[in-house]
Amino acid sequence: MPGRLIFTSRGRGSGGYEPSELRNPERDLFLFRRRLSLVGVLVFLAFCGLFTRFFYLQVVQHAHFETLADTNRIAIVPIVPNRGVITDRNGIVLAQSYSAYTLEITPSRIGNLEATIDKLAEIVNIEPRDRKRFRKLLDESKNFESLPIRTKLTDEEVARFAVNRYRFPGVDIKARLFRQYPFGEIASHVVGYIGRINDKDNERIAEWDETANYKGSDYIGKVGVELSYERDLHGTTGVEDVEVDSGGRAVRTLKRTPPIAGNNLRLSIDIKLQEVAEQAFGDRRGALVAIDPTSGDVLAFVSKPGFDPNLFVDGIDPANWQELNESPDKPLLNRPLRGAYPPGSTIKPYLALAALNSGKRTPNQTIYDPGFFQIPGQAHRFRDDKPGGHGTVDMYKSIVQSCDTYYYMLANDTDIDDTARFLGKLGFGAKTGIDIEGELTGVLPSRAWKRQRFAGKNYRDEHRKWYLGDSISAGIGQGYNAFTPMQLAHAIAMIANDGVGYTPHLVKSVTNVKTGEVREIAAQPASKLDVKPEQLAVIKHALVGVNKEGTAAAAFKDAKYVSAGKTGTAQVFSLKGEKYSEHKVDERLRDHAWFEAYAPADHPKIAVAVLVENGGFGASAAAPIARKVFDRWLLGESEPGAAKDMPDSDDDDGD
Amino acid sequence: MGTMLARLWEVLARRIDPMLFVCALAIVGVGLVTLFSAADQSIARETSQVMSLSFAIVLMWMFANIAPQTLARVAVPLYIVAVAMLVGVAMFGVVVNGSRRWLNLGVARFQPSELMKIALPLMLAWYFQKFEGRIRIRDFVFAAVLIVVPVYLIKRQPDLGTSLLIGASGFYVLFLAGLSWKIIMGLAALGAAVGPMVWTHLHDYQRERILTFLDPSRDPLGAGYHSMQASIAIGSGGIVGKGWLNGTQTHLDFLPERHTDFIFAVFGEEFGLIGNTVLLVLYLLLIGRAMMITAHASTLFARLLAGAITLMFFTYAFVNMAMVSGLLPVVGVPLPLVSYGGTALISLFIGLGILMSVQAHRKLVMT
Repeated sequence: MPGRLIFTSRGRGSGGYEPSELRNPERDLFLFRRRLSLVGVLVFLAFCGLFTRFFYLQVVQHAHFETLADTNRIAIVPIVPNRGVITDRNGIVLAQSYSAYTLEITPSRIGNLEATIDKLAEIVNIEPRDRKRFRKLLDESKNFESLPIRTKLTDEEVARFAVNRYRFPGVDIKARLFRQYPFGEIASHVVGYIGRINDKDNERIAEWDETANYKGSDYIGKVGVELSYERDLHGTTGVEDVEVDSGGRAVRTLKRTPPIAGNNLRLSIDIKLQEVAEQAFGDRRGALVAIDPTSGDVLAFVSKPGFDPNLFVDGIDPANWQELNESPDKPLLNRPLRGAYPPGSTIKPYLALAALNSGKRTPNQTIYDPGFFQIPGQAHRFRDDKPGGHGTVDMYKSIVQSCDTYYYMLANDTDIDDTARFLGKLGFGAKTGIDIEGELTGVLPSRAWKRQRFAGKNYRDEHRKWYLGDSISAGIGQGYNAFTPMQLAHAIAMIANDGVGYTPHLVKSVTNVKTGEVREIAAQPASKLDVKPEQLAVIKHALVGVNKEGTAAAAFKDAKYVSAGKTGTAQVFSLKGEKYSEHKVDERLRDHAWFEAYAPADHPKIAVAVLVENGGFGASAAAPIARKVFDRWLLGESEPGAAKDMPDSDDDDGD
Repeated sequence: MGTMLARLWEVLARRIDPMLFVCALAIVGVGLVTLFSAADQSIARETSQVMSLSFAIVLMWMFANIAPQTLARVAVPLYIVAVAMLVGVAMFGVVVNGSRRWLNLGVARFQPSELMKIALPLMLAWYFQKFEGRIRIRDFVFAAVLIVVPVYLIKRQPDLGTSLLIGASGFYVLFLAGLSWKIIMGLAALGAAVGPMVWTHLHDYQRERILTFLDPSRDPLGAGYHSMQASIAIGSGGIVGKGWLNGTQTHLDFLPERHTDFIFAVFGEEFGLIGNTVLLVLYLLLIGRAMMITAHASTLFARLLAGAITLMFFTYAFVNMAMVSGLLPVVGVPLPLVSYGGTALISLFIGLGILMSVQAHRKLVMT
């Protein structure tokens, strides 16, 4: 085989052992030209083929195609599919589409736009607002698109225009689909909203290779489930071959491929529970996430304040937009996902569990708390919240009374990287993987994190170094720590479910309307905590103690179930050693109130994380909200009698 | 003074092959006339295309003045750079319409697959020239590797159309270098056998395009619609056409991409079978002249390079016209010298320059 020759009958001279012959350029050239001639013949034949095709199209079939071109008043009109319906877990509608008449103008067919609109205004009511919106659409669109000048016409207006239609070539009544969110602000951050497709959306559509399917679609999901399940909700665009007259107006339909409606979504949210939770916040800002610990179903997802998604559907007007966008309350911020807050004392049970797991502490080991902690050899006092201290403190008491000194000492005995590794397994510092977009990872501090955070030439080495003091602050959930309410809810749900965590999800099932096929979103085990059951039992026992005799006891007084929880207070503003007094500090600089809890304690059905921004003490501001949510979910009561906002002077309110 | 002008003219015209140049200009002329209609009489488009043309002609003149053996020297580095850029695209390329084809060079975005269109035939021609007279089967195997690497990289972008065309340009060199008929037949048989397997590896959009080609009504809002509307445009043009600027398909917005890939439909609608025939003849003359040059080239390198360029001209023209008239599935191939677009025009004129250089340097090497 190596000796086989292809081009000529000669070997490659270099080998020496190959039979070598003289080169024969004439023969080479002859062979080359023979092949070239063959190519020439093929080229000629190919062009003859093209000519034949042209002849066929332009002579033989000319009459056929001429008719087609003449009657190529056959417009191919996309039929927009009905967008999927979004319901809560019990089938209550949270978002739906309805059809309404719009009055539309095709600018390319109209000479004088302003004059036409003026004439139209004599027949149907056209507000200056409509004109403004139309002009904005005109700037954004291509000329041959038909654009709405008025939406949601009344039957009377439709009838009046129909009579005058002949006067307005290029103006037509069309049925368009509008989106409606019956609950308005309730659960607005979960459901999200749709809006007009912009250039960025078009890029996204092109990446999905769905450009053809979005012909005729005006809207696309922008936020929340509407965004993350866009491809389920949208559906398949249908096609109608319509004969149009010389004015471009549809005369009759020739062929119709109906659209396929988008898939319906059933959320894991219970809208009644959601309402109870949102009402519990009153006018306060904050976040709440309630999870079924055994499945990862998100039962309630509150971000206060919310916004009315109905404002966005039709293109939000500038005044409303400015109000939403510039409000200091940040109603557009999805707090459970995008608000990263210091966890405060809510982190203590996890740190205690880490200490049990690593053997740094036993449940019965005690420390003495004089009211402060000093790093040996340093003057700075890390103060405890209780003046005079908690005295002798074991692990149970450290959680129930939220003793800071216990955790200062623990942090002093523990390496921050070990702590970070353990907390990482609970999902801190990572996205929980919930099925809507925009989730933050928060900050889980470690040596590596600090090095990276303060990399670059704006910082010096001493900025990047990890200090013991950093560990001590982090030991009570202050310092660099910052977690989202979503992460905290996920972590407490993991404790409630004996160390097994499920990826939280807002959508429970997706129903194909055409086939009736239901795609259940299965519980996805996210991670498993590698701790001994008896260690977990110590922590769970202490968490029950918090709600029974500890910092949250008042909020859960007379509850008909046993619950477990942990309060927390996150400093917004460092007072540099001064005694914090809620009334002296500007409202926006007040501490954030935290509460994490689950119930019933033996077989948890619900786990919750509550954050009230600038709410002050977790026990008084956040715990009663959790109580209302538990009462509703476990007892079906929406107005619990016992849990009222309580005074905040109790000595047991350790933090 | 007169003698100076004459001297200048001689320098300018010395290497220019009149027939090739006139044919190319005639086709470009057809393109400009059609573009004016296709782009809704946009002066800006027309000016932009003329600017590209001027630049392209300068480049053509430069390449006509570079001896083929000089080109042979840059073959290897050019090929390596082009492959490196394709790898770069795979890693940091800009995504446009879901494909990663562009490299951002700061000033402009650049499609390295364009460079490969010249680099690959150059590299292969250089390689076979090096082993002229003792080409063995292992050289064809090595050449096949040289072809497969860029073809694979471009296919991954994904840009199946361009990767097939570049693969074809490589194959042309192998064929002209004397690849045995047995192997060609063997490959063809293998292709027929492997075809169904390739189907499962195609991207959804590629499969969709092929299915749409077989049945345009599958996708009336996308490629199928384009194909049907293009056929209607050409067919309704008839023998003499509807006249310049009078194409109803063109001006009622029924034709997609009508100044780029589908410009031939505009031409066919407005100038009819007569216009189409004239254009076919112009292409035949251009390709015929290029084949003459190829046949008379003095070295193997020049022959293979000129042959590959000639066949690429043919392939592009054929594939585009066949696609627009509904004989082939819709692939993104412009009509050479006619479609709007500066990059393609420049590549094509560089190709013409190389052909002219091969022609002009023929006698110098003959003994």
